[in-house]
Amino acid sequence: MLTISRAIYEKIIEHARKDHPDEACGVVAGPAGSDNPTRFIPMQNAERSPTFYRFDSQEQLKVWREMDDNDEEAVVIYHSHTATQAYPSRTDISYASEPQAHYVLVSTRDETETEFRSFLIVDGEVTEEPVVVTE
Amino acid sequence: MAIEVRIPTILRSYTGGAKAVEGSGATLDDLLNNLDAAHGGLRERLVDGEKLRRFVNVYLNDEDVRFLGGLETPVKDGDTVTVLPAVAGGAR
Repeated sequence: MLTISRAIYEKIIEHARKDHPDEACGVVAGPAGSDNPTRFIPMQNAERSPTFYRFDSQEQLKVWREMDDNDEEAVVIYHSHTATQAYPSRTDISYASEPQAHYVLVSTRDETETEFRSFLIVDGEVTEEPVVVTE
Repeated sequence: MAIEVRIPTILRSYTGGAKAVEGSGATLDDLLNNLDAAHGGLRERLVDGEKLRRFVNVYLNDEDVRFLGGLETPVKDGDTVTVLPAVAGGAR
């Protein structure tokens, strides 16, 4: 189950909408072991593509080091699909390499309705989980 | 002195759970061979044939080695090498 504040939930959706039609991506960090996403970190999509995303490697190093210094981990790793469903693709699954993270997929394929779903991806297996948005 | 190599969670099965290991070598290539002797299979997760794998980021101190010399990047005692799997994916 992913528990996330409304404020951060909306920031993720806003980021996806803003970058549409390119895929948007980012992290929500939280205290290590807490499973609580507290710090919203939008990232550059170094691919700047409507069908692929990749964190810029230097930016990733900076963010990962900060999280380490703060005793945080990547609780949520999010990205958007701009023309397909909010479900992990084959490439999403093969590149998922943070086993503790909740992989959030947002779809901006519809102009008015944004899909927001969350998944655990461990050893190539995808499990969808409920999303609880707290006020 | 040695070279510290920081290992991401997903590769710690090769290091008995250790977040960092030490190795030696004159280049990144040497260093990875040196590590592989103690942690068998680790090199292959980072190197495909003769090149660093596309979706693994390796940094020497603060810089991505792609901008330095790739596998030929010189390394020395006191350096820190950090490995982070790329975060990537897409519609397909």
